Amino acid sequence: MTNKIFTKEEWTKALQGLSDSYKVFVPVKDGDFHTFKPMNATKAPDFDFQNTRLSARSLVYPQAERMFEYSLDENDPEANIIKETPKDYSPQAIVGIRPCDAHGFKIVKPNFDNKEYRDPWWIQHFESTVLVGLGCNQPCSTCFCASVGGGPFNKDVLDVLIYDLGANFMVSGLTEKGEAFLSKAQGGKAADDAAVKQAEALATEAAKKVKADVPTDKLKDKVINDLFAAPFWQDVGFACLNCGTCTYLCPTCWCFDIQDEVLGKQGDRIRNWDSCMFPLFTLHGSGHNPRDQKFQRVRQRFMHKLKYYVDKYQGGVQCSGCGRCVRYCPVNIDIRQVAELMNNY
Amino acid sequence: MRGVPLQNPYLPYPVRIDKITTETTDKNLKTFRFVFLNPEDEKKFAYTPGQFAELSVPGKGEIPIGIASSPTEKGFVAFTVNKVGLVTNYMHNMKEGEIMGIRGPLGNWYPWEEMEGKNIVIVGGGFAFTTLRSSIVYMIQPENRARFKDISVVYGARNPGLLLYRDELAEWEKRDDINMHITVDGTDDPDWKYNVGFVPAITEKKITSADNAIAIVCGPPIMIKFTQPVLEKLGFPPERIILSLEMRMKCGIGICGRCNIGDKYVCKDGPVFSLAKLKQMPGEY
Amino acid sequence: MIEYTAIIRDTAKKLLKDGKVDVFIGYKKGTVPMMNEPVVISDPEKVDTLHWDSLCGLNLCNYLTKRKDKIGIIANGCNSRNIVTHILENQISREQLYIVGIPCTGVIDHRAVLRAVGNKEVLDVQEQGDKFTVSGNGFSETFDKAKFLRTNCAVCTHRNPVIYDEMVASPVKEQEGVDPFEDVKKIEAMDPEKKWGFFTKMIERCLRCYACRNSCPLCYCPTCFVDESKPQWVGKSIDPTDTMTFHIMRAYHCAGRCTDCGACERVCPVGIPMRQFTKKLNKDALEYFSWEAGLNPDARPPLDVYKPDDYNDFVK
Repeated sequence: MTNKIFTKEEWTKALQGLSDSYKVFVPVKDGDFHTFKPMNATKAPDFDFQNTRLSARSLVYPQAERMFEYSLDENDPEANIIKETPKDYSPQAIVGIRPCDAHGFKIVKPNFDNKEYRDPWWIQHFESTVLVGLGCNQPCSTCFCASVGGGPFNKDVLDVLIYDLGANFMVSGLTEKGEAFLSKAQGGKAADDAAVKQAEALATEAAKKVKADVPTDKLKDKVINDLFAAPFWQDVGFACLNCGTCTYLCPTCWCFDIQDEVLGKQGDRIRNWDSCMFPLFTLHGSGHNPRDQKFQRVRQRFMHKLKYYVDKYQGGVQCSGCGRCVRYCPVNIDIRQVAELMNNY
Repeated sequence: MRGVPLQNPYLPYPVRIDKITTETTDKNLKTFRFVFLNPEDEKKFAYTPGQFAELSVPGKGEIPIGIASSPTEKGFVAFTVNKVGLVTNYMHNMKEGEIMGIRGPLGNWYPWEEMEGKNIVIVGGGFAFTTLRSSIVYMIQPENRARFKDISVVYGARNPGLLLYRDELAEWEKRDDINMHITVDGTDDPDWKYNVGFVPAITEKKITSADNAIAIVCGPPIMIKFTQPVLEKLGFPPERIILSLEMRMKCGIGICGRCNIGDKYVCKDGPVFSLAKLKQMPGEY
Repeated sequence: MIEYTAIIRDTAKKLLKDGKVDVFIGYKKGTVPMMNEPVVISDPEKVDTLHWDSLCGLNLCNYLTKRKDKIGIIANGCNSRNIVTHILENQISREQLYIVGIPCTGVIDHRAVLRAVGNKEVLDVQEQGDKFTVSGNGFSETFDKAKFLRTNCAVCTHRNPVIYDEMVASPVKEQEGVDPFEDVKKIEAMDPEKKWGFFTKMIERCLRCYACRNSCPLCYCPTCFVDESKPQWVGKSIDPTDTMTFHIMRAYHCAGRCTDCGACERVCPVGIPMRQFTKKLNKDALEYFSWEAGLNPDARPPLDVYKPDDYNDFVK
């Protein structure tokens, strides 16, 4: 495992150099919040942030992605034959991703990559991505990564972990992919014992700060239909606007829609993020809608994350504790409280 | 970094519309017979009765439809399509010879292993008879017939003109290795020679025993709702009442999340469920 | 305005106990600072959940649509104007409602607060009269509320409810000499190309989550035009043309109906100031029809009446 020290300026310079071999995405301040943008000379990366407003999920699984293309031109001998859209899977690096958001990729993986079906686009995007995480020195009060199997310096899933030591970054290679990335980084020097100790101390400190009291331990023992019929769903869902904020900001939501779009004689089949909050999500062609009420859709989201997923994959919950839905739900529906209601029911 | 090239489960096989048959007098149901453009695709599309596929119309989209042909029928695959939405409306205006796609086979199938050596009771209503047709054709093939005991079929529609596969129904009526109970909710046709009455009532009258029997039920929700207690009264345990669910689907392979009910995806873990299994799932269908 | 909380609780308790209402709709204190959650209460013993402070920035009228029961609801100026609009548009009847009026001194702009503290995490907010104190790890700052009002509240000229059954306090003085359309005029002065550029940039980050639409009490159509599939009017990807179509069409559907309550901007997860669309239409409604939405329960809105003497030929 390589541990290297870079001054913050050196690190930015190193990332610029790495842009020759990777598409490097970095957090950039964009108005009131941070967002991942391709590294370029005009806007410097800014590693002083709590978390990006949107998770990095769109870099592996874009909000709108072309799947196939076809010609509708009758003169074309290949008309109406659906073909794969060529894709660029050259290596990319997400630099500054928080460990919770990286954990999100692990949580969604069995959905996209399992023994029955493999989603070619998610898998190839994911495999071409180097996850260069930035440990959280100051977890937010709304963070609960430690309650759901992660932590502010959780190395799981990451290829590289960055420790913010103040004036310097200590950068650790964690996987072969990460070491390969680091080997191409110019500058920096080998970290001495003192730096490694300082980094470890930061991680220990941060772990103490993050709340780890969102209870999920009893969820696996509950009966689906009991929780489904619990009396609290109407109350939980009352304020919900059925907007897509929670599902679109979430690093572990994966639902999508498939649409055909045509311009002239050329067509594309596209997949777009979709949301279980939208009534259209389950509307049958006949007009029947099995989840036509707001509280049913709210229930679906929480049940899927905190119970259905748990039962299906026999692991943890479908939540990485990033706290975005807690912070940005416009009506303050708080998954931490709902988890408690469900866990203690 | 990339391993073996991935097979793309979203990519439809190109097919040609070989034959279109209008099934019902209201012209809302047509059966499409497709031939694969690449003969090797037909082998890859090896299916079992009860499964479905995504019919894929470039520029319009995809719809999940039960496979109406039987794997014993070679050289084509057939689907009966109800005109309800964007894709199906478009398909109803398509002509023989046109090119589109099909993707599948998808989902699970009727529990054929369990059904062997049993009396089979098939209860169908309206246009949900498609995979039941597939099953009947499959079972009455000479090489398969001996694997099953008595086969009884209750099939109903609102009126005679809305029954699917009328020529085949008439042929099956003549056979002595299958008990057909065709019914309509009502008719003013004086020559109507079959039953009149709702499917649950005819089931109650014609099916006399649940002994060593398994029931497969496909139909509109209201028919299922009233057939279920009839079967239970006859003595069918929930494990031997088999239903096929309809759900809004997109990907058909358990990834897009749309047809999720409980810890199941209807497209991948279903669409066929026993009543026993359904009772453990939230009733969101 | 936090002092209204106790009065709201007492009023709700009495209304529920006396059976004057079946439910009471208000806010409860949020689980995170600067967030409050709309809540419905039917048990008079649970009124202590109710809360009101200068961060209650949604529009509760949104929760009235097509309800069948008798409802107590709190309403400040803009919310009450939406209730009037709801009554005019037959989404609820006046007889079902018991409106507890709130004389409003404006809602705090939580984004402005975050900016003022350098986007550090706020852990607590305490409101004292016209000041409030914000604190977090290693900082605590006191601000004048008047300087941190949401931009719609800063130019609001209808702070007091226009209909109510009782008030929690005496009416507040309405603001005078404010120009609600200063920003609109700036955009009007742009040439078409610049205008288009301005709006394109403005909505660039839109996720199509529809929080703006769903938080708006005006958007109650059973099927929104963006959700129609036969025919499908708008594409569902994040194509800029589709996104712009959504925003412009949404705004036009609010013409002559919008009260500038600001809920749409409050809820946007990416901070799009989409009131720049609706405010222009509010300005037009005022200039062409001398109309401000929701002020009068007895007057039909200009865009839903037919007059034989209309000066436009095309409607005759």
